[in-house]
Amino acid sequence: MKVTAFILSCAMLAVPVAAFAQSPDAVMTTGGTWSPYLVGALIGILSWCTFYFSEQKIGASSFYATVAGFIGKFIAPKHTMKLAYYEEKPPELNWEFVFVSATILGAVLAATTGGEFGLRGMPLMWTQRHGDESFVLYAAVSLLGGALMAFGARLAGGCTSGHGISGTLQLSVSSWITTVFIFVGGALFVRLLY
Amino acid sequence: MEKKSENSQKLIQAVIFGSVFGFLLQKGGVGKYHVLEGQLLFQDFTVVRVMLTAVLVGMIGIYFLHKKADIKMHIVPTKIGSNILGGLMFGSGFAFSGYCPGTGAVALGQGDVLATLCLVGLVVGSYIYAEASRYLKKTIDKWGAHGKLTLPALLHVKTGSVVAIFTVLLTGILVALAKIAP
Repeated sequence: MKVTAFILSCAMLAVPVAAFAQSPDAVMTTGGTWSPYLVGALIGILSWCTFYFSEQKIGASSFYATVAGFIGKFIAPKHTMKLAYYEEKPPELNWEFVFVSATILGAVLAATTGGEFGLRGMPLMWTQRHGDESFVLYAAVSLLGGALMAFGARLAGGCTSGHGISGTLQLSVSSWITTVFIFVGGALFVRLLY
Repeated sequence: MEKKSENSQKLIQAVIFGSVFGFLLQKGGVGKYHVLEGQLLFQDFTVVRVMLTAVLVGMIGIYFLHKKADIKMHIVPTKIGSNILGGLMFGSGFAFSGYCPGTGAVALGQGDVLATLCLVGLVVGSYIYAEASRYLKKTIDKWGAHGKLTLPALLHVKTGSVVAIFTVLLTGILVALAKIAP
C-alpha cells in the first residue's frame, strides 16, 4: 500500500512537468545554475521523503536555536535549561541539527561540481551600492539581520523552509500567514539598503 | 536498544536528505546574495519559482501519502499575532542580511565566508528569543491562537478540493510569472 501511494505521488509529478515542458528555461541551465522549476520539484519530492522515511518536515531555523542552546548549556547550564523554550525543546543532537549541518556539506559539493566554489568577501551587489569601505556596516546589518530572523522565526514557529515550503504545502494557516508577512517585511525593509 | 538504532537510522537519513537539500538550493542559485535580495526587490523571481514549485509538488505528494499511507503531518499551531509579527521581523532580517536560515548555510558552503556573520546573528537571536520565551508564550502567543489549523478546516472544504484548487492556482501563478518576468 505504501509503495502504491508513493508511485501514485510520483505519477502526479507529471502535472507540473507537463505544464512547464513548453517553457525553454524549464529545462535549460545557465552556467552552474539549474532551472528553478527542476530544483523546486526536486525539493518537493525531497519533502515527501523526509515526511515518509524520517517523519520530519524540512526546516532550518531551529538548528540555530539548538546551537545557541549548546553554547548556553556550556556557559550557563542552569539558566539555559530554565528558559521556557529550552524546557520544551532541550538542545540535543536532533534530526534538524544533523539535517542543516549536512546542508552546508551538500552546498560545498554542489558549488564544487558547478565550478562556483570560491572564497568570497562582501557580495558584489553590496559593494556596488555601499562601496568597498563599508565592511563595518555590512557586518552590522548581517548580525542584526540574523538576530531579527532567528527571533522572528522562533516567534512565528518557522522560517522560509519550515513555514515557507513545508508548512504551506500542508496547507497550514500559520504557514501561509507567516510566509506572506515574511515577503511583505522583506520587500519593505530591503528599501532601506537598496 | 531498538529505539536507539531507529534513532541513529533517522540521523543517517538526516545526513542524506540535508546534503540533498543543500545541494539543490546551491544548484538553484538561491544561496546567492543578489538572487535573494533581488527577489525582495522584485528584480529576480528565482526564489519564488523554486518555492512555489516545491510547494506544488510537495503538496500533491504529501496529500496522497497522508491519504493512502497515513504519514504523520507536521502542522505548526496558528497564533495570528506571533505569525504576523514573527513574519515581519523575519522579513526585515532577511532583507538586512540577504540570507535566510537555510540559504545562509548554503552561502557558507559555497565559499561566501562572510555569511558566517548572519549565522552568528541567527544563533544570538535564537538565544534572545529563548530568554523572552516565557513572557512571549503568556502574551503575544495567546493573540489569535487557533491551534493546528489548516485551510481546509478553516474553510470547511475537503482537503482534496483545496489541493486541486491550489494545484491550478500555483501552476497559474508560475505560468503568469514566466510570462511577466522571464
